Order: sequence, then C-alpha cells, then structure tokens
Amino acid sequence: MLFFSQLVNGLQLGSIYAMIALGYSMVYGIIMLLNFAHGDVLMAGGFIALFSINAGLSPVLAVSLAIGGCVCLSVLIEKVAYSPLRAAPRISLLITAIGVSLLLQNLAQLFFSASAHSFPANSILPMKNYSISGVNISLTSIVTILTAIVSMAALTYLVQRTKIGKAMRAVSEDAEAAQLMGVNVNRVISFTFAAGAALAGVGSILYCCRYPLVAPTMGALPGLKAFVAAVFGGIGSIPGAMAGGFAIGLFETLVTALGFSTWADGIVFGILILVLLVKPTGIMGRSMMEKV
Amino acid sequence: MNRFRIPVPVRYSINAALIAAFLLIGNAIMSSGMIGRAQSSVVIQVAIYMILAVSLNVATGYLGQLPLGHAGFMAVGAYAGALFWKSGLLSGVPDVVAGLVTAGVTAALFGVLIGIPALRLRGDYLAIITLGFGEIIRVAIINLPSITGGTPGLRNIPKYSSFLLVYSCVALTCTFIHMMMKSRHGRAILSLRENEIAAESCGINTTYYKVLAFSVSAFFAGVAGALYGGMLGILVPGNFDFMASIHILVMVVLGGMGSMLGSILAAAILTALPLALQSLNEYRMILYSLLLIGVMILKPSGLMGTYDFSMAYVLEKLGGRVFTNGKGGLSP
Repeated sequence: MLFFSQLVNGLQLGSIYAMIALGYSMVYGIIMLLNFAHGDVLMAGGFIALFSINAGLSPVLAVSLAIGGCVCLSVLIEKVAYSPLRAAPRISLLITAIGVSLLLQNLAQLFFSASAHSFPANSILPMKNYSISGVNISLTSIVTILTAIVSMAALTYLVQRTKIGKAMRAVSEDAEAAQLMGVNVNRVISFTFAAGAALAGVGSILYCCRYPLVAPTMGALPGLKAFVAAVFGGIGSIPGAMAGGFAIGLFETLVTALGFSTWADGIVFGILILVLLVKPTGIMGRSMMEKV
Repeated sequence: MNRFRIPVPVRYSINAALIAAFLLIGNAIMSSGMIGRAQSSVVIQVAIYMILAVSLNVATGYLGQLPLGHAGFMAVGAYAGALFWKSGLLSGVPDVVAGLVTAGVTAALFGVLIGIPALRLRGDYLAIITLGFGEIIRVAIINLPSITGGTPGLRNIPKYSSFLLVYSCVALTCTFIHMMMKSRHGRAILSLRENEIAAESCGINTTYYKVLAFSVSAFFAGVAGALYGGMLGILVPGNFDFMASIHILVMVVLGGMGSMLGSILAAAILTALPLALQSLNEYRMILYSLLLIGVMILKPSGLMGTYDFSMAYVLEKLGGRVFTNGKGGLSP
C-alpha cells in the first residue's frame, strides 16, 4: 500500500517536472539554448498566482493570470535578450540566459523580499484525501497528474497536427531551410517560448500546491531537476521530456522513501550520468551525424 | 619584412623580472598596513578567482567544451588541501607546498574521472555530466560529516593564503598554462576546439588531449580551492554549489573565451565590483545581471575577445620603432 501511495506521489512530482522539462526541451529543439531563465519564469507564475488570490480574485482567474503572465514574460525575455543574439556563439546566449535568470531572481527579491511567502494552496485545490482500496490519494495528486496528461496531449496535438506545429518542427529541423520555405522563423521561436511558458505557468501552480511556499529563488531547484529530466529523455525531444520528467520524479520519490533523502539529488545525477554513458543522447534523443 | 624579435630566453627573463617586482612591491604594500583587513581579503579573493577563471578557460576557451562543474573540482581541492594541512604531517613551507600539490593532484584525478566519460559525449551533454559531478561532489561532502565536517563545515584550517603565496600561484598557473598552450600539446587542444573530427583524422589523439585539458583545468581549480580554504579558515559545502560554477564561467565568458588576459581582468572586476558597489546594496545584483546581459548583447565574444597581452610583443613594437627609425629595417 505504501508502495502505491509513493508511486502516486512520484507520478505527481514527475508530472510537474515533465511540464517544466517540456519548456526546456522545446526551446532547445528550436534555438539550441539551455534556457536557464525558465525556472524563474516558474517563480514569476507563483508570485502572480499568490498576489491574485490574496487580492481576492477567483482561483480560475488567478490561474489564468499566472499562465498569461508567464507567457508574456517569456516572450518579452526572448524578444529583448535572446533575439539580438541569433548569430552569436551559443555560449554567449547561455550566459545571457544566466544573466536573465539572476535578474529575475533579484528583481523579485527587491520587490517581494527574500523571505518565503506561504501560498494559499487550499483556495485553488481543497485539501481532500480519497481512499481507494486502502491507498490514500490526495485531490492535489489526482488533479496534477490529470492536468499534466491533458496538457501533454494538447501539446502533442499542437505540434503534430496544426500548422504552427508543423512550422515548429520545420524550424527545429533546419531553420534556414524553413525560412526559405516561407516560415516566419521569428514568430515560430516566439510561439515556442510562449508554449513552453504556458506549461511552466501551469507547472508553477501545481508546484505551489505541492510545496506551498513562494520565494524569489523557488524556481532554481525545480528548474534544475526539470532540466536534468529534459536531458535524461533526450533534449529537444517532446516525448523524451515527458518520459524524463516522470522518471526523475519517480527516482526522487523512491530514493526519499527509502530513507536517503539527503542523498536524493546526488543519486538522481548519478543515474543521469549512467544513462548518458550508455546512451549519450538521452533515452529518446536523436544522434546527429557530424560532417567535417 | 624583418621584424625585431627578442630572443625567447630574454623574453622569459623580462617577464620573470616583472612578476618578481610585482610580487615584492605588492607584498611590501600589503604588509605595510596601508590596506585594511577587508580590502586585503578582497585582494586575495581576486587572486583565487583569477586562478579559477584561467584554469576554466583551458577547458572552455581552449578545448571548446562547456563544463558547468568547476566549483566541484575547487571543492575537491579545497577539502583535500585543508585535510592535509590539518593532519600536521609537515610544517612550514613544505607543508604549504605539499598541501597545494595534494589538492591539485586530487582534483586532477577527478578531472580524469570526468574526462573519460567525456569521450562519449559532445557539447551540452558534456555540460550536464560536469554539472552532475559537481552536484554529486557537493552532496557527498554534505553526507560524509566524519571526514568533511558536513553542512556545518570544516573548521580550523591553517590560514596560509598570504598575498605572496596566492599571487605566486597566479603567476605559476598563468606561466604553466601559457607554456602548455604554446607547445604542441596546446596546439593539439586548440585543434580539437576548431574541429574534432578533422583533428582526429590528422592523427591527434582526441581522448588523450581532452582528458589532459580537463585534468590541467581541474588541477589548478584544486589549487585555487586549497587557497580558498587557507583564506577563510573554514569550508562549507554551500560555497561550492551550481551557482559558484556559473560564477566562474561568467568570468571566463565575460572576459572573452580563449583570452587569458580577459579571464584575469574579468575575475578581478567581477570579484571587486560587488564589494565596491556595497553601498548600492539590493541594487547590486541587479546591476551585475544587467551588466552581464548588456555585455553579451553588445559584445558576444566577451570584453577581450581572443586578444592576449604579450609584454615581449609590446617591447618588440617599441624596439622595432627605435631600431628601424629611418633606416629601413633591421637585419636579424
């Protein structure tokens, strides 16, 4: 029974990581950037939701505002900080992303103080536990897992079945060729950031419901874990990010449940390294041929 | 066209003399009591970051990889050096030197350990492996309190890091890396950066040179770590987290990858600047991040690009002007 409740627990954490990991993976697939600011977009979503609820707005409105805020912020970051660097070396882009991440954290610290604010998780998802044949499952877990499945299905539909999805795939395959075929590359890149940020917005609400604290540096840890998840699944691959997210969430819960919680982060990285040694491009990553 | 050239032994003697003069003058100023405690600790911290940035530059700027776990090597060296010094096996100058060598060698062993999986991986996956190793080292330090002191930290480390010691280490690091990069080994490492496959087909042992560059980078990071412990007298695992690695990487990229001068300048600026801006308090880090974004957007190749300073070159230029004055060239 303990096993099943831990399994649900792991799936809940994994769903959150998977949703954040999708943002990393999509952006990487399209402009080969490890977007370090993604975790801080998550933090912004948490703060927007917190203030909206404290201002007395309805939960639905608060959640929508948080998602919308994440999308606007992410597109703004892309336009201001990343788009001038299209032709620059990739490491400059990476350092810019680190700079944006530090900027967001410190702005949040300046405006909202460094201390953690408690998040009214109850007003979004009431604390309720269901007992299914002896296994205790909280409403939050159920909603989190279902939301993740629905958003991933929606994303898969978007990428595989719509016109903009086709354009996204084309740009990630070969941006220059896509441009010659009439794809507006800049718009596709902005759209990718927006889609990733929307998932991060949903993820931030679910993360705050699990760990009800909002702080300027709260994005760093889930950001890093989701980033690991994206690499684990093969960065740039959407199903890979989902699989990686669930895998990392389950590992972490398992290790913690076995009583090695202080070792958890180390073990997660150890498994990642082992996987990369066996399969250097992650579980579902494609290996690229290189020409001289 | 014949250019006036200073013979190599003379170049090295000129540089050695300049370094010795700098060390002696600096030491005299530092020990004269003109500089307060806070400032002198900044001066020493600057030197430690110079070693870290210059050593990371080997793996980033010259080898062209993206390691995100430099603080991990620094941590290994810091703990190895501190434990050696605390053990009290030796005393005096041999103790200091042996501790630094222990630190460097231990870190270099870890560099080899990480360099070997690096054979199979490219680009960003390598970055993740190093990030992972860095985090594992930190988690291991936290979880082995009997050796490392755990989260509260390792205390009572002898405070060996004097001005003379740290700046001598800076000079030795720069000299060693400079000489390595000017040798055939250095050229082999540069060729890996330019094109790995082409280098391999020219007969360069890519495995060997990748591991070499990694372990040299790790060695000096370990030395810097030991000096760091010798400066603070206490080591806590929190000092070696992911952000510490990023901080060193930022120095290298901001200075210009592949430029030793750039790494040194950026290490000095980025270490001294936050302390100079202390009056701005909460706006300090915001300025820092804006500076980072601004420099990258305006000058993506970093402040110095790949430019490197050469005293001999300056002297040659000056000398060339004097000797060739109106006489149309100098016979070699």
